Amino acid sequence: MSNSIKLTYQVSDDDFTRAGEASSNVKSKLKMMNVPPDAIRKVAISMYEGEINMVIHANGGTITVEISKDCITMVLADKGPGIKNIEQAMQAGFSTAPDNIRTLGFGAGMGLPNMKKYSDEMDIQTEIGVGTTVTMKVYIQ
Amino acid sequence: MTIKDISEILHAEVLCCEENITHEVHTACGSDMMSDVLAYVKNQSVLLTGLCNPQVVRTAEMMDIICIVFVRGKIPDEGMLELARERGIPLLSTKHRMFNACGLLYDKGLRGGDLK
Ligand SMILES: Nc1ncnc2c1ncn2[C@@H]1O[C@H](COP(=O)(O)OP(=O)(O)OP(=O)(O)O)[C@@H](O)[C@H]1O
Ligand SMILES: [Mg+2]
Repeated sequence: MSNSIKLTYQVSDDDFTRAGEASSNVKSKLKMMNVPPDAIRKVAISMYEGEINMVIHANGGTITVEISKDCITMVLADKGPGIKNIEQAMQAGFSTAPDNIRTLGFGAGMGLPNMKKYSDEMDIQTEIGVGTTVTMKVYIQ
Repeated sequence: MTIKDISEILHAEVLCCEENITHEVHTACGSDMMSDVLAYVKNQSVLLTGLCNPQVVRTAEMMDIICIVFVRGKIPDEGMLELARERGIPLLSTKHRMFNACGLLYDKGLRGGDLK
């Protein structure tokens, strides 16, 4: 596999039940491509956390995933409210999620730290009122 | 133990993927917060939860969890059953509450796995 594969997903915010479809699709594609299970797990968890964040905090957005021989790059871009203080948002337990999100099983403030933990590289670009772009890389050993 | 053993210990109904209940499981976790499952679970193969929405099935999928037990008599809807069927994840439902369900399984040898 010399050239890379690029996948694009639109994530909509109007249906919480569908959140995670993109991550699920990427996971099954990586499995079919015989990517090592460890890398698949890292991609699945970090992308799913990011996808859920786009749905609950940012009115959805676009995810592009590039799969090359030695690296998987995920770019999650939204036009949501932006993140006021990234350092604070990255802390385990910090969450602005409303109570109705907690009754759905999310909003513990664990997502961003978990994305950091499971990706090999992570970068967040954000601007208040404009949106947030999270880029994560997972290397294939 | 197997998933079938779990269903017997908890008097749980198997709601789908009966063909996969002979699979062996060694560790489990119990939580109503999927955030915590994603952040703290390592290699557990069973998830016990009182939360009943499609993200429970998706969280299990991402974590390679191979069986979900709904406690307190929660019954997943058709959409969730369909998601689980596509992924081959048996969904079980027991009337036991979380604490007792976990205790009964622990008593029969199922463990929570290592810390961290
Ligand atoms: N894409 C985003 N757009 C705007 N704000 C975001 C975005 N992602 C995260 N945030 C902000 O950062 C906070 C922390 O995010 P994180 O994913 O760690 O926790 P959470 O989503 O609140 O809860 P959990 O991930 O445990 O379900 C969020 O509560 C939210 O305020
Ligand atoms: Mg989150």
